[in-house]
Amino acid sequence: MLKAEVVAAVAVTSLHYSRLAGFCLLFFGFTTVAGVLPDDRADAMYHSYDGGGVEITGPSILVLKNVRQDLAVSGNYYVDSISSASIDVVTQASPYKEERTEYTLGADYMHNNSIMSLSYTDSEESDYEASTASFGISMDMFANMTTVSMGYSRGWDVVGKVNDPAFSEDVDRQSYLLGLTQVITRDMLMEANFEAITDEGFLNNPYRSVRYLDPDSALGYSYEPEVYPNTRTSNALALRSLYYLPYRASTLAEYRIFDDTWGIRAHNVKLAYIHPLSSGWLFEGRYRYYTQNAADFYSDLFPRRDSQNFLARDKELSTFSSNTLGFSVSYDFVQNGWRGIDRGSINFVYDHIWFNYDDFRDLRDTSAPVGQEPLYKFSAGVAQLFVSIWF
Amino acid sequence: MLPIRKILLLACVLSCVTACSPVEPWVKPYEREHLADEIMKFDRNPVSHSYMVHVYQAREAARGAEGGSGGGCGCN
Repeated sequence: MLKAEVVAAVAVTSLHYSRLAGFCLLFFGFTTVAGVLPDDRADAMYHSYDGGGVEITGPSILVLKNVRQDLAVSGNYYVDSISSASIDVVTQASPYKEERTEYTLGADYMHNNSIMSLSYTDSEESDYEASTASFGISMDMFANMTTVSMGYSRGWDVVGKVNDPAFSEDVDRQSYLLGLTQVITRDMLMEANFEAITDEGFLNNPYRSVRYLDPDSALGYSYEPEVYPNTRTSNALALRSLYYLPYRASTLAEYRIFDDTWGIRAHNVKLAYIHPLSSGWLFEGRYRYYTQNAADFYSDLFPRRDSQNFLARDKELSTFSSNTLGFSVSYDFVQNGWRGIDRGSINFVYDHIWFNYDDFRDLRDTSAPVGQEPLYKFSAGVAQLFVSIWF
Repeated sequence: MLPIRKILLLACVLSCVTACSPVEPWVKPYEREHLADEIMKFDRNPVSHSYMVHVYQAREAARGAEGGSGGGCGCN
């Protein structure tokens, strides 16, 4: 394998992580209940993802402190240490290691029944930088029966290439968020969220390739660089409900519909059951199903070189579905205060995800005719261990 | 028009129609004991929630509206 190809593999997978990172952590700014600032807390987590030849581990530290009666500040430090031999990497390049570091600073200011939130996130890795600023406001209404929230985020990314210092492309991102939380009955809450996201700039991966039929190649196919449109707009609408059962336990139900200007439509549902015990233990079991269709310009195998304007063979843009089974166990090791700590809990969270692709083929099987290789599938284990302290 | 935008437009029209009548809280503050329970929070663990959003977003085309917009029970 040529050295350039080895280096080129660096961002085949990791690009996607950093691209999305800026928007992921905005939620710290929106998790406040209007009219009430969040409690002082600190969380220290170790996370681990292992699946499809990819291992990602690292810490996440969050500290949130009320510095005044009407002002809370928060900081988050997050690391992804990536070791990848994913299906893209093993078929087109060589395994690599990479690290992404992310910092978020946020502030929540309360005024009457409203809370205004500001946050800034910076994410860096060797070939991708992402900065995101966000503003949000949430208001309690109708005798605290209803909470309305709105948010706006702006992101600026710089896409690089490890083996090409001259390569530098920009991406601008904007996100508009509208949320409504409603008390339905004394035992039921509902939440509706809508988010529109627009991207403009260099949206594809500078390393990833698509394959096309090539009779002159020994394999029967060759590769050319992927080409994406330079704009994308997506809409997502989610409904969630929490229901308190006749005994002390609750159920969560969630549905989300998504579509975008690339022709992708996705749905996901999630069901969870949460059961506390009086001894300080809390258990949760959950199931999630996700399905999407492919982008208009996706193909596992194009008929010839430059067969269309836009070309993608990214499995995240293919037709696929996934099933997740997960559980959480939490134990409050401080329940009634101890040396300045109001409460402390230790938590273990595990989810197992099965991905099944409908039009992305496993090219490791070179015995099958071109275009008839077995469909790719894999499963991943996602574990989190964290301690939370309220003070 | 995208179907999600149609749904939103319908919601806006309905909210305009209903906004003309006064709203009486049908769950009184003293009836919100269950809603104030920790197990009735949409986002009990923000670090864990954000991490799982990140895990899914990196592997799915869908993004956005992952939640965390507030509790809204007015219990405190």
